[in-house]
Amino acid sequence: MSKVKITLGGINEDEGSSKEYKTGSWRTMKPEVDIEKCIQCFKCFDYCPDAAVHKTEDAIEFDLDYCKGCGICEKECPVDAIVMVKEEK
Amino acid sequence: MAEQESRTVKGNMATALGAKLCRPNVIPAYPITPSTLFPERISEYIADGELDASMVRVESEHSAMSACIGASASGARVCTASASQGVALMHEMLFIASGMRLPIVMAVGNRALSAPINIWADHQDTVSSRDAGWMQFYSEKNQEGLDLMIMAFRIAEDERVLLPAMVGIDAFVLTHTIEGVDVPAQEDVDDFLPPYDPPHGKLDVDDPATFGSFGTPEYYQELKHDQTVALEETDEVIDEIFDEFEERFGREYNRLNNYKCDDADIILMTMGSMSGTARAAVDELREEGEKVGLAKLTVFRPFPGDLLKEIAGDADGLAVVDRNISPGFGGAAFAEAAGTFINENKNPLMKNFIIGLGGREIFKENFKEMYHKTKEAVEAGEVKEPVEWINMNEEIMR
Ligand code: SF4
Ligand code: SF4
Repeated sequence: MSKVKITLGGINEDEGSSKEYKTGSWRTMKPEVDIEKCIQCFKCFDYCPDAAVHKTEDAIEFDLDYCKGCGICEKECPVDAIVMVKEEK
Repeated sequence: MAEQESRTVKGNMATALGAKLCRPNVIPAYPITPSTLFPERISEYIADGELDASMVRVESEHSAMSACIGASASGARVCTASASQGVALMHEMLFIASGMRLPIVMAVGNRALSAPINIWADHQDTVSSRDAGWMQFYSEKNQEGLDLMIMAFRIAEDERVLLPAMVGIDAFVLTHTIEGVDVPAQEDVDDFLPPYDPPHGKLDVDDPATFGSFGTPEYYQELKHDQTVALEETDEVIDEIFDEFEERFGREYNRLNNYKCDDADIILMTMGSMSGTARAAVDELREEGEKVGLAKLTVFRPFPGDLLKEIAGDADGLAVVDRNISPGFGGAAFAEAAGTFINENKNPLMKNFIIGLGGREIFKENFKEMYHKTKEAVEAGEVKEPVEWINMNEEIMR
């Protein structure tokens, strides 16, 4: 559960605060990557509709604060380096 | 007591006068019968230099309420007027105004909803907006329309409230009927109603804030709870401000007005302009020795259940008179009244009377009939027909 307090009328007076607003909560499946298999083609990065794939030095990582668990990255990965697993909360 | 000027005005002029005295900054409005005179009058005030405000001529009521929301979020004092289909078209935006805690005030010329098309008095328009999170006030006469506009701004803008409010005046019976009103002086209203200074952020390009943000399942329920508690707690603020208004301007208001109810066996509960007719019927019945009283709803939302329990808790019968119908159950006030008593050990037998839909005239005799029907149920100890339609023309029914 979130710990950010609600405000009067949901009005947020902090600028640029949407970064603090995590929207990945309704996911039921989450992606996991096998870095050994990854060939760094970045198709997952291109196809993720939520910009929830970040490039790292040796492969990619998922930003689970925003990932919605849609599974597009898994479908697009040419070497099956991504698998969707059940989210346990 | 403050000096006041006597005027004779139509109901729409009374609400427009009340609004003008509150010095609104922005009035977005779309004309609709029977409340068109309100924006007409406001635009005259602006043209004549009597009111320094922006009138926004929008293309629909949905846009009118949208503009109200934007203007109010920027910190302006905002009012509008509408009726019937107009209020229905605003429906979506009404929830946004209350959810964003914007103290917009709207005068409504209470009118029936189509179909069939009908422009006359009926509370269906605002009653159907019951769950939009607005306060709802209803007027018995033009004076109340004027006074309630002024009080609605004060209550809505109170830091403990910050919620929008509707002030209803019945179509034609009030909107187009000329009555005498006492008009408070500008400086006295200025004293009563300080400038609006919202405690929450404003829409301001130099100091950005987010309004109407995304409310995920982790937040939505708490936000709705916060808003709901705020509406429920306006009871106290309304009482306080009604009292202060009476001290300053000499006219008494109650959320639920008690007329001869203290020793009454049977109480009629009404809302809007029909209340005057009901009071006359109560007086005549009293002369005939009947122990009857009248409870008049000035505030329908938040529902004054606490006062209803006080006023009618010891009565034998309660006749709830509704100028609206929620098909599939009964009148809206009846449902509220029944709910009010649900966990009480003692409650009056309750009957619901549907009357005056689409401007059908309401007579003293109708109230006497309702009284006697309720008395019969009380004497029989059972309510055979909880919801009855009064003053029906059997000859034209199919
Ligand atoms: S699509 Fe597959 S192989 Fe390509 S970068 Fe993403 S995880 Fe690596
Ligand atoms: S599951 Fe969907 S949202 Fe999550 S990283 Fe993959 S493509 Fe993006």
